[in-house]
Amino acid sequence: MCLAIPGKVLEVETNGEGVRMGRANFGGIVKQVCLEYTPDVTKGDYVLVHVGFALSKVDEEEAARTYRLLEELKQLGELDAPDLQPPFANQSPP
Amino acid sequence: MKFLDEYRSEPLAKKIVEEIRRTVTRPWVLMEVCGGQTHSIVKYGIDRLLPEGLELVHGPGCPVCVTSLEMIDKAHAIARKKDVIFCSFGDMLRVPGSDGDLLILKSRGADIRIVYSPIDCLKIARANPDKKVVFFAIGFETTAPANAMPVWQARRQGIKNFSILVSHVLVPPSIASILQSPQNRVQGFLGPGHVCTVMGYHEYEPLAARFRVPIVITGFEPLDLLQGTLMTVRQLEEGRAEVENQYPRVVKREGNRIARDLVNKVFEVCDRKWRGVGMIPKSGYKLRWEFREHDAERLFEVKDIDTQEPAICISGLVLRGVKKPHDCPAFGKQCTPDHPLGATMVSAEGACAAYYAYGRHLQLPPKQEAVSI
Repeated sequence: MCLAIPGKVLEVETNGEGVRMGRANFGGIVKQVCLEYTPDVTKGDYVLVHVGFALSKVDEEEAARTYRLLEELKQLGELDAPDLQPPFANQSPP
Repeated sequence: MKFLDEYRSEPLAKKIVEEIRRTVTRPWVLMEVCGGQTHSIVKYGIDRLLPEGLELVHGPGCPVCVTSLEMIDKAHAIARKKDVIFCSFGDMLRVPGSDGDLLILKSRGADIRIVYSPIDCLKIARANPDKKVVFFAIGFETTAPANAMPVWQARRQGIKNFSILVSHVLVPPSIASILQSPQNRVQGFLGPGHVCTVMGYHEYEPLAARFRVPIVITGFEPLDLLQGTLMTVRQLEEGRAEVENQYPRVVKREGNRIARDLVNKVFEVCDRKWRGVGMIPKSGYKLRWEFREHDAERLFEVKDIDTQEPAICISGLVLRGVKKPHDCPAFGKQCTPDHPLGATMVSAEGACAAYYAYGRHLQLPPKQEAVSI
């Protein structure tokens, strides 16, 4: 129910009723999106959309930073062979 | 698809799982709050990648599931009226009330329409001035801005024949309710990423401090969920209990101020009954008095309906993380998505429905399976 997916804003307009709307592309599917809650968003931005409403702009710098952190973890992981046995297999819960 | 596919990388997922294994030294119980997270976890089998003893239990965050039977019966009573066009998200159509579901009512001639967005109801209201258009406004804080906007616009544009039946629920009071229960097993939370996109996460900080639990605001993709798990177990292992944000690409500490402001203008906090759990004080939204012309509960004066859940159903315990779907004798037998007995089977995001959808009713309980990555 709280499903929200990122889409790329294709156009922004104010409709006949004075509501800020736009169209966004979700991996090839284009849908109408209400942009009243994201006044800074412009064409080309990625927005997180839930039931037809953009709830936030996707922060590309933060997205890249999170991904870099995960990739660094990968490099660290390669240096240190994993212990495939659960370390606490014989312990009982506290 | 950008900002989705990157967070489904299998080699990276394996590395995070290895890091979790290196971090964990003793058993822990974590709860993911949101039904969408539960669905991803079961779909990708994330809980089965974790080391034995690190358990994920599934939270109450499926609004379709926790909408009370009384409210569903009210919706049905309104939808049956001849002059009503009843609009709903598709998820609610198959949820059984005391006498059938909305799809059955539709087949009997009621004008029931599925909308993609609540704002679409205004178009329907403008096109049908002789009808009363009612929207079934369910959801957590994520959906509140979307449900508030058509009410705000209806008043602004003078659309009189539009109202909403509100059954909104709030996450923080439900977390407090879980932690206060004597049966509680949860030691850390994967917080609801999209709820916090709207509300921010400052309101989780007093909960983390009061109950000494780490809360990591977490996204919905496999790498998000694994990283959220890693951040939570790091806190537990280090004896910390803080609110951290795994999902900064969309969640900011203050949330979306503009959305929150409109939600606060349209709704106010009220007590709310949760299906399977019962009444939780100050755990819902209702429309403010200024918007009473758009409040379906006032307009239609539907009386409270006394309802009863099947005695065998343990959904209340599943929603609080005390039990798993496997623990229920009816799971996958008398209780299936086609014939749900209780809250956690009525929607695809409920824990029982997610377990069923991914075939776990056909498998051995997890304790008897080899856990490997």
